[in-house]
Amino acid sequence: MEFDVVIVGGGPAGLSTAIRLKQLAAEKGQEISVCLIEKGSEIGAHILSGAVMDPRALAELFPDWKERGAPLNTAVREDRFLLLRERSSIALPSFMLPGVLRNHGNYIVSLGNVCRWLGQHAEALGVDVYPGFAGQEVLYDESGAVKGVATSDMGIGKDGKPTEAYQPGVELHAKYTVFAEGCRGHLGKQLEERFRLREGADPQVYGIGLKELWEVPAEKHQPGLVMHTMGWPLDGGTYGGSFMYHYENNLVAVGFVVGLGYSNPYLSPFEEFQRYKTHPDIRRHLEGGRRIGYGARAITAGGLQALPKLVFPGGCLVGDDAGFLNVPRIKGSHAAIKSGMLAAEALFEALAQGRARDELDAYPRTFRASWLYEELHRARNFKPYTSRNMYLGAFLFGVDQVLLRGKAPWTLHHRPDHTKLKQASESKRIEYPKPDGVLTFDRLSSVFLSNTNHEENQPSHLKLKDPDVAIRVNLALYDAPETRYCPAAVYEIVRDADGGNPRLQINAPNCVHCKTCDIKDPTQNIVWVAPQGGEGPVYVGM
Amino acid sequence: MKILVAVKRVVDFNVKVRVKADGTGMDTANLKMSMNPFDEIAVEEAVKLKEAGTATEVVAVSMGPSACQETLRSAMAMGADRAILVQTDAELQPLAVAKLLAAIVKKEQPQLVILGKQAIDDDSNQTGQMLAGLLSWPQGTFASKVKVADGGIEVTREIDGGLETVALKLPAVVTTDLRLNTPRYVTLPNIMKAKKKPMETVTPESLGVDTTPRLKTLRVQEPPKRKAGVKVADVQELVAKLRSEAKVI
Repeated sequence: MEFDVVIVGGGPAGLSTAIRLKQLAAEKGQEISVCLIEKGSEIGAHILSGAVMDPRALAELFPDWKERGAPLNTAVREDRFLLLRERSSIALPSFMLPGVLRNHGNYIVSLGNVCRWLGQHAEALGVDVYPGFAGQEVLYDESGAVKGVATSDMGIGKDGKPTEAYQPGVELHAKYTVFAEGCRGHLGKQLEERFRLREGADPQVYGIGLKELWEVPAEKHQPGLVMHTMGWPLDGGTYGGSFMYHYENNLVAVGFVVGLGYSNPYLSPFEEFQRYKTHPDIRRHLEGGRRIGYGARAITAGGLQALPKLVFPGGCLVGDDAGFLNVPRIKGSHAAIKSGMLAAEALFEALAQGRARDELDAYPRTFRASWLYEELHRARNFKPYTSRNMYLGAFLFGVDQVLLRGKAPWTLHHRPDHTKLKQASESKRIEYPKPDGVLTFDRLSSVFLSNTNHEENQPSHLKLKDPDVAIRVNLALYDAPETRYCPAAVYEIVRDADGGNPRLQINAPNCVHCKTCDIKDPTQNIVWVAPQGGEGPVYVGM
Repeated sequence: MKILVAVKRVVDFNVKVRVKADGTGMDTANLKMSMNPFDEIAVEEAVKLKEAGTATEVVAVSMGPSACQETLRSAMAMGADRAILVQTDAELQPLAVAKLLAAIVKKEQPQLVILGKQAIDDDSNQTGQMLAGLLSWPQGTFASKVKVADGGIEVTREIDGGLETVALKLPAVVTTDLRLNTPRYVTLPNIMKAKKKPMETVTPESLGVDTTPRLKTLRVQEPPKRKAGVKVADVQELVAKLRSEAKVI
């Protein structure tokens, strides 16, 4: 099937690209066909974010977003920042907070609901929105330019052969294809390699964000309260921190981010999150409530210096498929929307000139001149400062921001996350407390709340390049770290009754599509590919 | 032969629902909605009959708010030829649904009506039977096999302890059980085609049906949490506990 533009991914970046294109087409009286595919079963099903949203980009996309009923209902009323110690905490007075940590004028939202709303507007504008279809393969024309994507086949059995229900995927061809898969998109990763988009850029670095949604008693609910912490339970050498947002209907979003550059293979981001909730200053917000949602997603954390080249013949990367997240602000949705809009403007101009399958050079150029570039430039040194030591790094970043206003004449660099894992023999085992089933939970009861589902009879969508490495390297040297960093209990070492013959069992149906394994596996032996469309988590209000 | 298929929009089967904090019902805000899985089986069966040349037209019907259009589009993407939406924001109970379906049957004159045996939201398992009663048509419920044979159909029913095969004269009502078939995956080209298929919207008033609820929901609550089990040392203790604590023997 032929379209002018095909967009892979229905998050804020992809939807904004589609919307802006259709807006421009309507303004200029031009016909542009736009097709957007999304691997989740509906728009918003795979969206997981904190989230505090800066409405700046949304207001550029829809100046009347309020009248249109955008679900940005809870304005931030109070910012708190705590340094946690095991039993106590120190609140940082707000005058000491750098501007990037102030959220006045921002809104606490469910980004999933924002995307559902954007999806309705995209459809109303005439975008062909197709949730339930995963981009499986990038298609190239004879000249080597991207000519579109193929959606995945449905109904392939575990043995790799078509079942009775088999339906072949379809090829979607376009003049330009936009990749908006979010952090560590599996097609974006291939494009980066093929077109050498990372030449001259730092390696991308990542974090894993885990989130729970709680419904708390009305008397404990403080709508508009935003609280961030750093410190306990992580040690100073591990990058990470927490967020807690009180938003509408007695809901509290609570989450924890751990930088994937951590070195101890015994560290479990999931368990750190559970332990964090037991801190007296955290548990008092949640006690008496009930947990109603759970999920996890990797986020990009490399900032400006890790941004790859954005364009290649026949297409571009938008949102976190490129990595526009502003790390110290822990915000990416505004950047995703803005990058989508900039790409759409370049796409529209190219299409109006009758161009096809060339490089959209206007997109990187207008990005360079945009407020988004300026914003990311100021923030660029936060992650490198803090990746060695959170406390010292945060102090240095404060100096950078307050005294130098983000204009320090130096830019610090990154090393890839998967190279930072130490071997088990050099590392200290971490004993995590048992879950109580009230405030803290185990992985399986958590995954249950993500509503994730996958057809059991299909090839595993988590591939091992070399199956032996799982035991020979991962287990022998690192004590199988995938069993700890996976937030959905996908990876398990099983043994015979006598404890011998260890094997890696991959429970792919549990997967919540966070992509952490694809990032953190020490030898990059695990490859995440898209399962059948319409599967994976079904997040509600996340 | 024309086939009418009834499809209901329900909370997706993968999504865990929860009771509203005030106990007035389920919290369904922002939940993913899908076609009732038993109704998907009904659509699949009708489309298969059409593909086999037995049926000439498949008409999908849904009832509820305008969002039910999505469910009807899914039915058409699976292969239904056209759709009818009975649009209302009012609560519809099984009897009202059966009456509305009966009114549509009078208009459309299908030879066969296929419905899911029940919807996964309220699990009532009433609409098909009530519809057959209102129309005075024969019914084959809980079908795991449907065979069309001269002038009638044979329906194999899943009953307690086995299977029962009934022969029905047409027109008839059939409700589907899980094992009847496996619904197909919808393809992108078929979703696109479904957007162009005709969809008619009517209202309960235009059909002359009173949909006033007859049942009142007093309270909705979650089932009590299962208590943790205990380990017993031997058979004697087990029997003693079954007798004195569980009081089941």
